[in-house]
Amino acid sequence: MIKIVKRDQPSRAIFFFTPVLAIFLTLVAGGLIFFILGFKPFEALKFFFIVPIADKYGFSELLLKATPLCLIAIGLSFCFKSNNWNIGAEGQLTFGAIVSGGVALLFYEQEGFYILPIVILAGAIGGMLYASIPAILKTYFNTNEILVSLMLVYVSKLILDYLVVGPWSNPEGFNFPETRQFSDSAKLPLLFEGLRIHAGIFLALAAVVISWFVFYKTYLGFQMKVSGFSLKTAKYAGYKGKKMIILVFLISGACAGLAGVGEITGPIGQLHREISPDYGFTAIIVAFLGRLHPVGIIFASLVVAITYLGAETAQIFMQIPKYTGQVFQGMILFFLLASDYLLFFKIKFIGSKK
Amino acid sequence: MIIDINFIGLIIASIMASAVPLILASCGELITERSGVLNLGVEGMMIIGAISGFALMTVTGSLIIAVFGAMLAGVLISTIFAFLTQTLITNHVATGLALTIFGIGISAMIGKNFVGIPGKEFPVLFEGLKDTIPLFGPILFGHSIVFYFAFALPFITSYFLKKTKIGLIVRAVGDSPESASNQGINVRLVRYACILYGGAMSGLAGAYLSMIYTPQWIENMTGGRGWIALALVVFSTWNPIKILIGAMIFGGLTIIQFHMQAIGVRIPVQFLTALPYIVTIIVLVVISRDSRKIRLSTPSSLGKSFHKDN
Repeated sequence: MIKIVKRDQPSRAIFFFTPVLAIFLTLVAGGLIFFILGFKPFEALKFFFIVPIADKYGFSELLLKATPLCLIAIGLSFCFKSNNWNIGAEGQLTFGAIVSGGVALLFYEQEGFYILPIVILAGAIGGMLYASIPAILKTYFNTNEILVSLMLVYVSKLILDYLVVGPWSNPEGFNFPETRQFSDSAKLPLLFEGLRIHAGIFLALAAVVISWFVFYKTYLGFQMKVSGFSLKTAKYAGYKGKKMIILVFLISGACAGLAGVGEITGPIGQLHREISPDYGFTAIIVAFLGRLHPVGIIFASLVVAITYLGAETAQIFMQIPKYTGQVFQGMILFFLLASDYLLFFKIKFIGSKK
Repeated sequence: MIIDINFIGLIIASIMASAVPLILASCGELITERSGVLNLGVEGMMIIGAISGFALMTVTGSLIIAVFGAMLAGVLISTIFAFLTQTLITNHVATGLALTIFGIGISAMIGKNFVGIPGKEFPVLFEGLKDTIPLFGPILFGHSIVFYFAFALPFITSYFLKKTKIGLIVRAVGDSPESASNQGINVRLVRYACILYGGAMSGLAGAYLSMIYTPQWIENMTGGRGWIALALVVFSTWNPIKILIGAMIFGGLTIIQFHMQAIGVRIPVQFLTALPYIVTIIVLVVISRDSRKIRLSTPSSLGKSFHKDN
């Protein structure tokens, strides 16, 4: 007999164990899907999760993909902790990239130490501006932030498309949908010769440290936690709810915007149509998998980044469509949410004694 | 200039055709939300319906199997959502997002072998009557069975919610799960049923896209329609008849876009494509401004988990 008993208190140990369990279950289910599709499950999983990061280059690619995921997820954790559902980080990333790209183009063929900081700042401001739309509409017009932030994703991608095809397209570019190359001063420096990993990773690490400090060492972090737990309590304590909603959206927009800067001023060095393979959406999963904890998010971003690389490798070696990565990402979130059940409930096995 | 009156009829008919998937998915989601469940996985369920319908049509050759198969696929995928949110009491928003991401991925995985295959012709009804009445002929006649079903659905849904006992139970569960439960209603069972129904309608909406509207399989072909369907439910303030109006407006925006390009209006194509999304935001702002009205028409327990201790 199995009996389900409610726990008196959510279990702290299980809180950090369930993400590991979720990853394990995802691997099992993924193997099963590969088996159904007619592949050898272990071989497929090896191509998906081990081969891509087996060498120096692969590891650099892993960090390259984990950087934007980590950065965006850190920003989102501010929103999610305080019960604000910003799911439009992809749009904030795109708009941040547009603004910083525009500024970088202003400095076309110019050099100077001051250019890069301005370009980075422009990206953060772009992301903040874009995130402020759902935030302001939520606070002053009571509009659902989920739908607004999501609709704005489509709008931002169309703005980008318009710019790179139209007014910003490279005059010598044979009508390719891309801008001119940014000058070297507007690019984030590469860290190692021959690898694509760039200085953007330091932006992500800085975000991790700052967010840890804000969450656990400041009054603001405490207020956010309380509001996330119970809006009524927060109101009773006299917290300025509206200000906080706008603040967390701005923080998360800035992070997404910075991720956008990293994508265009890193190895690519120009604006083009597809600057992000849905990092903004995937980062939502990263935030949850990392338990909205800065250190957890670092690990989660590495795990989820593998699904991107794995999907690419599997596409090349096994002709599996690259969308398989999304299947894995969806499954991770499913299993994570499902295993949260263990936080609140205990499963007891009762022996069949008479 | 003489404008052919039948041409106007044809434009209106094409607006209606592009409104069909929105009506189907929104009416399904409306029932789900009326029972207190917020399922953000519409886009995912829709795309699963689209590939299932197209794949079954290609493999079996039967349109009936394909249409019902797509609905069944929507039901199956929404079962995951129902199990997680109702049995394991997970967060509705996060689970719905996972469903959409998962659905888009798995549909592309299945759809790999169906890219580039031409679709089949879907039979239309009353084709011969099209030219009998000016203006109204093309509007009323010569459409698929799914088209007629979609335009009847808001009225059926409205009748179901207002006049039938089961409809009353659904509303009771959404407005006050505690008292419904005290009355002996199995809240979890009702919500399961409403989620699966929503899945079936989203599946049908997807099948309409891949089998009738643009009969072929393209990766990610729903292109955000699932999200617009969700916005339409808010737009309608949970009233099925208003879904009809909203869906026509959005269908209209899509069609006008094509015609403006054809006439040669010098507006960037990207702006026209963005119009439905921008209008959605504006509409949401306008209707949400009055927080009292929204609160009155929103199902009170929307998005909140219900767990009965026993």
